[in-house]
Amino acid sequence: MNALIITSLEQGLIFAILAMGVLLTYKILDIADLSVEGTFPFGAFIFAKFISMGVNPIISTLIAFCFGTLAGLLTATLFTKLRIKPLLAGILTMTILYSVNLKVNGKANIPLFSYGSIFDYNSILKTGSSIAILILIVLFIKIALDQFLNTEAGYLLIATGDNESLVKSLGENSNKYKIIGLMIANGLVALSGALMAQYQGFVDITMGSSIIVVALASIIIGDTIRKNSNRIKGTSRAILGAIIYKIIGGIAIDLGLEPSDLKAVSAIIVIVFISYNNFAIDIFGLKNGKGREKYAENKKSLKEF
Amino acid sequence: MLKIRNLSKSFNKDTDNQIDVFNHFNLEIKANKCTAIIGSNGCGKSTLLNIIGGSIKEDTGQIILKGRDISTFREEQRAIYMGRVYQDPSMGVSPSLTILENMSLADKKGEKFTLRRLIKKKNINKYIELLKDLGLGLEDKLDTKVKFLSGGQRQSLSLVMAAMKHPDLLLLDEHTAALDPKTSNVVMQKTKELISKYSITTIMISHNIRDAIEYSDRIIMLDKGQIILDKPSRNVTEEELITIYRTKLDEKIA
Repeated sequence: MNALIITSLEQGLIFAILAMGVLLTYKILDIADLSVEGTFPFGAFIFAKFISMGVNPIISTLIAFCFGTLAGLLTATLFTKLRIKPLLAGILTMTILYSVNLKVNGKANIPLFSYGSIFDYNSILKTGSSIAILILIVLFIKIALDQFLNTEAGYLLIATGDNESLVKSLGENSNKYKIIGLMIANGLVALSGALMAQYQGFVDITMGSSIIVVALASIIIGDTIRKNSNRIKGTSRAILGAIIYKIIGGIAIDLGLEPSDLKAVSAIIVIVFISYNNFAIDIFGLKNGKGREKYAENKKSLKEF
Repeated sequence: MLKIRNLSKSFNKDTDNQIDVFNHFNLEIKANKCTAIIGSNGCGKSTLLNIIGGSIKEDTGQIILKGRDISTFREEQRAIYMGRVYQDPSMGVSPSLTILENMSLADKKGEKFTLRRLIKKKNINKYIELLKDLGLGLEDKLDTKVKFLSGGQRQSLSLVMAAMKHPDLLLLDEHTAALDPKTSNVVMQKTKELISKYSITTIMISHNIRDAIEYSDRIIMLDKGQIILDKPSRNVTEEELITIYRTKLDEKIA
C-alpha cells in the first residue's frame, strides 16, 4: 500500500505539470486545446531523440519543453491567423503530431532503460525515490507561473480569457496573449510527457491518448477543494487535483480494477463533476451563493467539449 | 478635433441584400464638447461609432483625430487615443479580476505591458481617489471581483477605466441602456461630471432623447446615414425630436 501511495504521488506530480499547462488554456484562456493529446507524447519522443544522441538528460528535457512550445505556436497560428476554430485547430495539431511523433525516432515504441534520466540525480539529493526531484520541478514551475500571472503581461493573459474587448481597449493585441498562453501550456505538457517517459522508462505512441481527460479531471477535482476560497491559487488546485486523481486511480487498481478500466473511470469522474456543477442539485446543501456564480461561469467553456 | 471625411460603408456588398449605410458622409466634432448622436434603429449611429473605434472597417473615407489620420490604424492602435464604454456592462471590465486589478490594467493603457508586477502599492491611493469621486463606495471594495458588482457599479467602473488616461475621444455606446432608470440617471450624472472634469471630447449614442438633450452640448440626428438635424442641445426640445422620429417612422411604415 505504501509503495502504491509513493507511485501515485510520483505520477501525480508528473501529471501536475500537465494539469498546470491545461489550466492555462482551459481555465484561464477559455480555449479547449486538444493539441495536448499530441504534445504529451511529442515531449516524450523529442526527449528520446536527444537522449539517444547522447545529450544530457536535463538538457534533453528542456529541449522537449521548447519543442512543446512550438506545437503550441502551431495551434495558436491555426486559430489566430487562419481563423480555424480552437477546438478544430487543436485536433489538427494533434493529428499532425501523431505522424511527427512516429517520424522523430522512426518507431512507435522506444525503451529508454539504457539511457540516463533526470532521476539519476537522486544520488546528489541523497534520496532514494524520485519524489524530491519531482517536487522541486513542480514547485519551480508553480512559483514561476504564479509570478508570471502577477505581472502586467500575465494579467493581460487572464483578461484575454475573460474579456477580449478590454484587452483591445488597452491598446494590446489579444491574439498575442493567446499565442503566449498556448505556447507555455504546450511547453509544460511536453515537459510533463518527457518526465513521464523517463519515469516509466519507455516512450509509446499511445501515451497521450485521452490525456486531456486526465488533465481536466485533475483541474476539476482541484476546484472542489474549498471551492469558495480565493486564497488557493489555480496552480495549487491543479497540482493537488492531479495528485488526488492519481491516488484515487492507484487505490482503484489496488482494489482489483484493470489499468485499462482507468480511462473510463476518469471520464466518468469528469462527467459526474461537470453535470453536478451544471445542474447544481443541492442535495447536500454544500453550495452557497458564491459557489453558484463561479460554476455558472464555468459552463461557458465546458460547452465546447 | 475629430473629422470624418467622405466616409462610405456598405454591408453585404455585391449581393441582393446590399445595405449602403454611409455614402460620402462628413462630420466634424469640436474639442471638449459632448456630442449626442440619435436616430432610429438602422440609421447608422452604431456603425459610425464602430467605424471610429475601428471594430468595423470603412470602405472609403478618412478619420482624422487631432490632426492624425487614424484610418489605417487597427482597433487596438486606435484604442490608445480613445476610451469606449459599451452597452453591456461586462464589456469594459475583466469580470474575474478584482476592482484593483482592473484599475491597474486600465492605468497601463497604451503603455508597454512588461514582466514587472502589475499591482503597485504606490498607485492604490490614486485609484481610491478616482473611485471616491463616483460616490458608489467602490473604493472600499478594491479586492472584490468585478463579477460580483451590480450592472450600474460595473458600468461606472468601466467609465472610470475608460476615462482614466484622459483619452482624446470618449465613445459612449448606449452605455446606460442596460440599466434601470434610476441607475441610468446616476451613471449619466457621473459621466457628465467625469467628462467635464477632464474636458474629454465625447460622442454619445443614445435612444433616450431626454438624456441626449440634458447631457450633451450638441445633438445630431441620423437617418439612413445622413444628418437630418444638427443643433446645439439647448436649442432643441424633446417635442421637436419626437416629431421628427414619428415622421421618419411613419415614412418607414408607409
